[in-house]
Amino acid sequence: MTQHSVQEVKKTTCYMCACRCGIRVHLKDGEVRYIDGNPNHPLNKGVICAKGSSGIMKQYSPARLTRPLRRKSTAERGAGEFEPISWDEAFAILEERLGKIRATDPKKFALFTGRDQMQALTGLFARQFGTPNYAAHGGFCSVNMAAGLIYTIGGSFWEFGGPDLDRAKLFVMIGTAEDHHSNPLKIAISQFKRNGGRFVSINPVRTGYSAIADEWVPIRPGTDGAFLLAVIHEIIEKGLYDRDFLVRYTNAGQLVNCDEEDDEFGMFLRTEVPEEEACYDPQDKLWWDRKTNRPVVTHSEGADPCLLGEFEINGTKVKPAFQLLVERVKDYTPEWAEGVTGIPAATIRRLAYEMGVTARDQKIELPIAWTDAWGKEHETVTGNPVAFHAMRGLAAHSNGFQTIRALGILMSILGTIDRPGGFRHKVPFPRPIPPCARTPNHPNAVQPNKPLDGMALGWPADPDDLFVDEAGNPVRIDKGFSWEYPLSVHGLMHNVITNAWRGDPYRIDTLMIFMANMAWNSTMNAVEVRKMLNDKDENGEYKIPFIVVADAFQSEMTAFADLILPDTTYLERHDVMSLLDRPISEFDGPVDAVRIPVLPPLGECKPFQEVLIELASRLKLPAFVTKEGKRKYRDYPDFIVNYETEPGSGIGFLAGWRGKGGEKHLRGEPNPNQWEMYAKNDCVFHYELPKSYQYMRNWNQGYLEWSQRNRITRYAEPILIHIYSEVLMRFRQAARGKGFSRKPPAHLAKRVETFFDPLPFYYDPLEAQVTDRHKYPLAAVTQRPMAMYHSWDSQNAWLRQIHAHNVLYVNTHTARINGIEDGDWIWVESQWGKVKCIAKHSEAVEPGTVWTWNAIGKAAGAWNLAPDANESQLGFLLNHLISEELPSCERGSDRRVSNSDPITGQAAWYDVRVRIYKADEKVGAGETARTEPQFAPLKPYPGQPERKSIWNYFAGKNQ
Amino acid sequence: MTQLALVIDLNVCVGCHACVTNCKEWNTSGPAGPLVDLNPYGKNPTGTFFNRVQTYEVGEFPNTETVHFPKSCLHCEEPPCVPVCPTGASYKRKEDGIVLVDYDKCIGCKYCSWACPYGAREFDEHQRVMKKCTLCVDRIYDTTLTDEERRPACVRACPTSARLFGDIHDPESEVSRAIRENGGYQLMPEWGTQPANHYLPRRKTQIRLREDELERADNPLKIDRQLPKPAQAEPALDDVTSW
Repeated sequence: MTQHSVQEVKKTTCYMCACRCGIRVHLKDGEVRYIDGNPNHPLNKGVICAKGSSGIMKQYSPARLTRPLRRKSTAERGAGEFEPISWDEAFAILEERLGKIRATDPKKFALFTGRDQMQALTGLFARQFGTPNYAAHGGFCSVNMAAGLIYTIGGSFWEFGGPDLDRAKLFVMIGTAEDHHSNPLKIAISQFKRNGGRFVSINPVRTGYSAIADEWVPIRPGTDGAFLLAVIHEIIEKGLYDRDFLVRYTNAGQLVNCDEEDDEFGMFLRTEVPEEEACYDPQDKLWWDRKTNRPVVTHSEGADPCLLGEFEINGTKVKPAFQLLVERVKDYTPEWAEGVTGIPAATIRRLAYEMGVTARDQKIELPIAWTDAWGKEHETVTGNPVAFHAMRGLAAHSNGFQTIRALGILMSILGTIDRPGGFRHKVPFPRPIPPCARTPNHPNAVQPNKPLDGMALGWPADPDDLFVDEAGNPVRIDKGFSWEYPLSVHGLMHNVITNAWRGDPYRIDTLMIFMANMAWNSTMNAVEVRKMLNDKDENGEYKIPFIVVADAFQSEMTAFADLILPDTTYLERHDVMSLLDRPISEFDGPVDAVRIPVLPPLGECKPFQEVLIELASRLKLPAFVTKEGKRKYRDYPDFIVNYETEPGSGIGFLAGWRGKGGEKHLRGEPNPNQWEMYAKNDCVFHYELPKSYQYMRNWNQGYLEWSQRNRITRYAEPILIHIYSEVLMRFRQAARGKGFSRKPPAHLAKRVETFFDPLPFYYDPLEAQVTDRHKYPLAAVTQRPMAMYHSWDSQNAWLRQIHAHNVLYVNTHTARINGIEDGDWIWVESQWGKVKCIAKHSEAVEPGTVWTWNAIGKAAGAWNLAPDANESQLGFLLNHLISEELPSCERGSDRRVSNSDPITGQAAWYDVRVRIYKADEKVGAGETARTEPQFAPLKPYPGQPERKSIWNYFAGKNQ
Repeated sequence: MTQLALVIDLNVCVGCHACVTNCKEWNTSGPAGPLVDLNPYGKNPTGTFFNRVQTYEVGEFPNTETVHFPKSCLHCEEPPCVPVCPTGASYKRKEDGIVLVDYDKCIGCKYCSWACPYGAREFDEHQRVMKKCTLCVDRIYDTTLTDEERRPACVRACPTSARLFGDIHDPESEVSRAIRENGGYQLMPEWGTQPANHYLPRRKTQIRLREDELERADNPLKIDRQLPKPAQAEPALDDVTSW
C-alpha cells in the first residue's frame, strides 16, 4: 500500500493566498499527486491550510486562460467575445501602443495590480515607463493598518510585525476576520491557548479565530476607535501606563507649543543641537525636567521629564505630548463609549484593567544585554505580555487611520512595542516615521520617454511631499498623494476606473490590470463600474480606450478586456518574496523566499513577470537595457539574479546567497547560482539576528547600526514612537494657512484641518454622516472564510463544495423584528443600491450588523462555472450596495470624494448602512428563486479547459 | 491491543477546513481513490470527502459559542457498520482497530451507512461503493516515509494542531493523556458504539482581578501628578501679612 509510484517531490512556495507557506509538491507521472507543508519552512513549519491543500484544483481548473486573446473587432467590450492571437502579436500591439504613450504623455498608461507582492518589479516597470499611475491593491485592502501604525510606531502587522504569542499572557484581537495572517497566526493562537494564555476577541461577528476566544466582545462596526480611546482613558486614569517606556522610547514627554497665536502652534519646541551627519529626525526636542524644573534636551543624562502639566518657555505656553493625550481622552469615558460601541462600560473597564494589570504585573525579564541608541546599556530585555492583532475590521472604515493610531498608542502606553510578549517587528521594519521613500512632488516629474522622477508610491512627511501641481490638483489618476487623501501610501485603486471614465483629473489611454477583479469583488459600486468600463464618448470611442488584463483565470474582469494575457499559476513560475517588497520575515530576522516551477506552463501561459521584462526590453526602459539600448536580461530568473538597485549596490531582489560564490547575505554582488542555492535550501533564506538585536529595535543601537550597514534603513537614529504626530500637525498647520509649506485648495482646507489631528479622535464614519440612520439602521460588513482567504480560488472544485453560495447573516432578534424568518428571501438596500439574497438567522452577530462571506457570489458563467452554478444563482455580492464615492460635505457643491478615509484613501468598505426587508417572492411553477442583480451569462473563451461534469481526479491518470 | 484514533481539540479548532481538503487530496490519488466530484463546476457540486467540518452556534446572543466540529469515521470499538455488512466488506482490523471497507467486496447496498449513527460514511456515487476515513492506513505503515510523515494527512496539515493521533489503549500515549487530562469525551456514548475518536472540549482562561491589585504603590501618577514647586520669587501670602 505504499506510494512507491510517487516519482518526484519538488519544493516551492505556496500562493493559494498571500501567506506564502513553504510547500512540497509530490508529482506522479507529471501530475500533482499531493501538496503538503514543508516541515523545514520557518513560516508554516509543515502545516498547510484548506487552500494550500486544494492547489491541485487550481492547477487543473477550467477557468484557466491558456492563450493570449484579443477582443473580436465586431464584439462590444464586455460581451466576452475573443479571438486567440500569438504572443508575438500581443507584444507587438502593446509595444506600439505603450511606445506611443511613453513618447507623448506617459501618465496615459496606468498599471494597477491586485497582487502586491511583486510590487518591487511592477513598481519598477511603472517608474521606468514614467507613469505616476501605478499602485497595488493596498488602498482597498488595509492601507489604514499599514499607515496608521507605521506613522505611529514605525512598523505594522502581518509581514512587518505581529503579536508575540510565544510569550504573551493576554491576547486581544480586534477587527480581524479569519485571515491576515493565515497559518502562522493559527499556529500561534493554538499554542498560545495551550500555554494557558487568555484570548479576547472584539468583533461584530463570532466566527473563525473569534470562535475559540475565551471571551467574545461584540462591537458595532466602525466604532473600534471609541472603544480604544476609552481603554486608553481608563489605563491612564488608573496609572496603568508604563511610564519608563513612554519617557525613553516615545515622544510623550516632548514639549508641544500650545500658544494658539504662534505660527508654530502644535509643533514640538526645538533647540539648537550639534548637527549629526545624515540625520532624519534630529534629537532636538525638549523635555521639562522634573528634577531641575526647567527645559532640557530630550534624553539628557539624569533628566526625567514631566509627562503632565503646563509650562512656559520664553513666554510660550508649552505642554508635554502626554498631557495633550490626557486632555484628548478626558471625555472618552467607558460610559460614553458604551453608547457608541454597544459594549457595556463595565466590560470596557474590566478589559482595560486586564490589559493594564497584566502588562504591569506579569513582566518578562530576558537575560539579553543590549545598548540603546543613547548609549545606555541594559542588562535585560523587558516585556509586558499583552499582545494585539488587528486588521481590516479597523482599517476598512473612513475613520480607520485615527482608530489605528489609537491602537498604536494603546500598545505603546502599555509598553509593548518590540518587546517579548507584545508587538514584535519584522525586518525591514522598524523604519523611520515616516519611511524615507517619496513620490515626486511636481507634475514635471512626468516627462515623455523618461522614467518617473521619484517613486510612484511613497511616505509623505509634510505637505511639500504631496504629488500635486501648483494649484494643488492631483497628478495621479487615483488622486493619490493629493490634498484629498494626503497619506494614500498605497494609492486608491478603487477609484481608478471611475476617475478615468469621468476624465477627472484627466483621461488615460491604456489601463493594465493584473490579477484584480475590478469588474466584480474588488470594486465598489460594481453595477455602475461595469457600465463605465464599456461606456463610450460622443464619438463612439470607449472612454477608457484600451484595457489589458493579465490573469491566470477567466473572470468578470477579463470580460471587459481588449487584450488578455494568460498568466501562469504559482506552480509554473519563478517568483520572489523579496525584502524590496513584502517579504516573509520572522521576528528573529529577515526571511525571503522563492518559487521555482514544478510544472511546465499550461498551453501558452506566460508568467506576468516575463511579460514585464519582455515589454520593458522592447520599450527600452533604461533599467532593462544596456547603454547601447540592447536587452539586458534574458528572462525573469536572469533579471532577479543580476538586477541591482543601483550599479554595484549589492542590493537585489534576493538577500540570500549573494556574492560570486554565494558566500554573502543581504548585500553582495550577483551570484549566478543564486536560484540553485535557494532550491537546495527549501526555497527560503532565513537570517537570524543575534539575540541582542531581536528586541527594542526602534532604539537598539546594535540593531539600528546593523540595519544601516546592510542598507535596510538609511539612518541609524532612534525611532521614537509618535504618541503625538507632528507629521499630521504639519498638514493641519498648512490647512490653517500657517507655515511655509504648500497650502491646500480652499475647498479642502476644512477637511484637512479636521482630520489631520495630531492625536487620535473618534468621528462617525463619513458615510454615516450622509446617511439617514433611521432609514438605514444596520451596518453591513463582509469577511472571508478561511477556506477562501483571498478570493482567487473560489471557483476551486473542492473549496466551492465548502462554500458554494453566501447568505446574509442577521441577528435572530433583528430578523424577527423585521418579519424575516430563517431562510427567507430578502432585499438588502443601501442608499446606493439593492440586492436580493437569502437571510440566515444567527446568534453570533451583534444586532446592529448584518454580514456575509465576500467574493463567493459570482456573475453567471464567470470563472467558467456553469451559468446555473450556486455562486451566481444563490450567491450575491455586497459590493453592489457600496458606493466608491460620497457627496462632498461642502454646501452647494457637486464635488465628490472617494468613499475612503480622508487621510489615507483607504476604501471604506465597511461603512455602508443598509435596511432589510422580506422579498415578495412569487416564483412561477418550475422556476426557482435567485439572487438579484443578475448579469448576462459569460461564455468560455477559446483555449479554456473543458468544464467536467464528473471528475475522478487521480494523479497520473488524468491525461 | 492497539486502538488507533484521532483526538480532536475543539478548544483550538478554528474551522479552517485544512483537514478536509488535505484528506481529499491525499486520498483521491491513493488506494481509496479516486474520490469523485459530481458537478464540480456546476449547480450543487457534491463529492466524496472522508472528513468534514460542521459549524454550530450554541447559546443566545451575546452568550454565543461558535463551535467548529470536524467529523470523520470514529473507528468505533463496537462498530455498528460491521455486522450489518452482507458481504464482509466492512471490517475492523484486529491489529490496530481501524475500521475499513474492502472495495472489492462492497456491493454498495448502504446498510453500513444506515447503521452508522454518526453519518460518517461516504458513498462514492461513481464507483458505487462505500468509502470512509482509513486513518491514512497507506501512510502510517509506509516505511519509506519519515516518522513525521507517518501520520494521517489531516493531522499533519492541521495548522492549530487540533488533531492528535495515536493509540488510545496505551495509557502513556499522547492521545490517552490528552483525553484523561482535558476531559476528552466520545460522541453519543449511549449508543454503545464506543467510538475510538474523542473530542476535547472548550476550556476557558480568565483573569481574576481583585480591586486592591488595581493600583500599586509605585503608581506612575504619583510622579506625573506632582505639580512643580512654585518659583522662589513668586508672590506669597507670607510676604504681605504682618501680624
